[in-house]
Amino acid sequence: MISDKLDKIIKNFGTYIAAIKEEKGERTILVKPEAHKELLRFLRYDEEMSYDMLIDLCGVDYLGENPRFEVVYLLRSMRDGDRLRVKVRLNGEDEIETVSDLWRAADWLERETYDMFGIRFRNHPDLRRILLSDDFSGHPLRKDFPAEGFDFDKPFEVKLEEEI
Amino acid sequence: METTFMTINMGPQHPATHGVLRLLLELDGETIVKATPHIGYLHRGVEKLGETRTYHQALVFTDRLDYTNGLSNNLAYCLAIEKLADIEIPKRAQYIRVILCELQRIAAHLLWLGTHALDLGAMTVLFYAFREREKVLDIIEYITGARLTPSFMRIGGVARDVDSEFVKKVKEFVNEFPKRIDEYETLLTENIIWKKRTVGIGVISKEEAISYGVTGPVLRASGVYYDVRKAHPYSSYEDFDFFVPLGKNGDVYDRYLVRMQELRQSNRIISQAIEGIPEGPFKANAPQVVLPEKDDVQTDIAALIRQFKIAQGGFRPEKAEVYASVEAPKGELGFYIVSDGSEKPFRFRIRPPSFLNLSALPRMIEGQMVADVIATIGSIDIVLGEIDR
Amino acid sequence: MGVDIERNIVVTSIEKLVNWGRKYSVWPLTFGLACCALEFIVAGSATIDMARFGSEVARPSPRQADLMLVAGTLTKKMAPMVKRIYEQMAEPKWVIAFGSCACTGGIFKSYNVVQGVDQIIPVDVYVPGCPPRPESFLTALIKLQEKIEKETVKERKLITAP
Ligand code: SF4
Repeated sequence: MISDKLDKIIKNFGTYIAAIKEEKGERTILVKPEAHKELLRFLRYDEEMSYDMLIDLCGVDYLGENPRFEVVYLLRSMRDGDRLRVKVRLNGEDEIETVSDLWRAADWLERETYDMFGIRFRNHPDLRRILLSDDFSGHPLRKDFPAEGFDFDKPFEVKLEEEI
Repeated sequence: METTFMTINMGPQHPATHGVLRLLLELDGETIVKATPHIGYLHRGVEKLGETRTYHQALVFTDRLDYTNGLSNNLAYCLAIEKLADIEIPKRAQYIRVILCELQRIAAHLLWLGTHALDLGAMTVLFYAFREREKVLDIIEYITGARLTPSFMRIGGVARDVDSEFVKKVKEFVNEFPKRIDEYETLLTENIIWKKRTVGIGVISKEEAISYGVTGPVLRASGVYYDVRKAHPYSSYEDFDFFVPLGKNGDVYDRYLVRMQELRQSNRIISQAIEGIPEGPFKANAPQVVLPEKDDVQTDIAALIRQFKIAQGGFRPEKAEVYASVEAPKGELGFYIVSDGSEKPFRFRIRPPSFLNLSALPRMIEGQMVADVIATIGSIDIVLGEIDR
Repeated sequence: MGVDIERNIVVTSIEKLVNWGRKYSVWPLTFGLACCALEFIVAGSATIDMARFGSEVARPSPRQADLMLVAGTLTKKMAPMVKRIYEQMAEPKWVIAFGSCACTGGIFKSYNVVQGVDQIIPVDVYVPGCPPRPESFLTALIKLQEKIEKETVKERKLITAP
């Protein structure tokens, strides 16, 4: 049954799928960015697929490789309990179409990915920083950001913000 | 007539938000028109720090995510790394893990029960719940040496073996605990005030809960059967006989009922595990990866060197990516680890259950009264350490 | 009906009297940031019972409290709020840094963690531990009381203009 699903995915999106691999009992589909939204929409709404829960969405930074950023979606189907990982390598620009209209969970998760990696999600309803304060500069989970931050050795000063 | 909405700010230093959550509420009279949670006041950069430590060292960060629940966090992380390094865990260790995680679940739910009831004005419950929570923490402290942040699980097993004293303590607790749950239930379950404050409040439907990625008791209170322990069993959960309580209406009251049932189920699991705990080693036999026993380290120079080498130098798993998750008291806690073949994780991603549960909060409270916000926040059972990471 | 005046009069200095009064009525501000806050809650529960030291009235409002107990990790995003809350407290006020994170940043040497609350507000007592046991709150409180006892009016003004 689960391999049926895979067949159907390949049948519909064959040319857009860069790789399918199965390791340690987890299935991963690497999709090209042109069709990633279509594929996810298909996975979400198709009767047979019904991956109706977005368990996780996160970014990975492969500094030095080109393209650099990857976005990872982890899906789960409530009907048959199957988990599927979909990955997409961004094109040259750090931008990709949002999926927050497919799963509400993507709303915050995409904001977080934007906050941490600076990946922009096109058409996201409210793309702001979520964890860090608005005046923070840089995106900490990028590999070229030091873990202690840039101004670690300077004494910390608070800026008192005005009342809202 | 022109009307404007009033905006009020709750938190980040507010006793009922259970940490440093900040909520902006737009009000029409007393009805909430729009709620915007602001988070990140406890963002400590754990995902980044995890990338700077070896696999063994990164374990300590996991306790401090959801700090009511250190042991399950440890377990989720260890499961991911064990999957990555292909280590088979001996049965005894798996049982010890189950016992400890379920004890921790009881402690976490008791903390939730006490504070949630306190927020709604039922102070007695707090003292009742804390009485048992202290007992659980005493047991946990006896075996792990710490109350909140045990870091007791190890990649490949647990830090040390349990003894007969531990078994005795756990058995005592397990025998007595169902009576205590009855006590809490007499205080709340049929209490008119409690029901008035909770029934029909903060409702979220099945479909929406799934779409928001809500997991754990909040999801199950909406009637969705999803529990990682049953759906993707780990650490021998398939050996135990327990059921997954479900709610119907998805309101605050159902979440309360689900958690109370879960307390009973956890108790059942512990009593089965403690009876059936098998003999054998408590650590996997994989000297390249697993730390040596602590006693050996203190007496045997070879073991000391090995300990030093593995903990400081680390080990190198193959290049791969894994996701492993557990059913934490708050929901599905997962670790997505990408390894590039070096001794440090290349990507240390935590799938935080409370983060996604909280993202559904605006949906739950819009259209409700201000006083219901407190009830709803309490019922989601958030922990900011994990939301902000 | 002679009143035994001698045995009913205590002679002391204002300073001592004030310090004595302050010492046994330290009202903490319930202010939890992270994990350590849980242990602080336990300090108020029956097993530890900080009420024995005159400190049971945990106040949610900074204006009614004299002791700020910073329990947990202080992040850069939270720091302005902590500073403001500290400034809202009325004099005399004291600060206990509870837990390694509050003392030094603890294990989180990262881009968003303030490496110790003493970078933004003055701290009177430091309690290390990750988390410290609830009993250590009592030790900290006693240490603080010792400190209050020795204070002079000059150091800590009796009346301060806002
Ligand atoms: S010192 Fe430890 S227990 Fe306390 S807030 Fe920091 S990490 Fe948490």
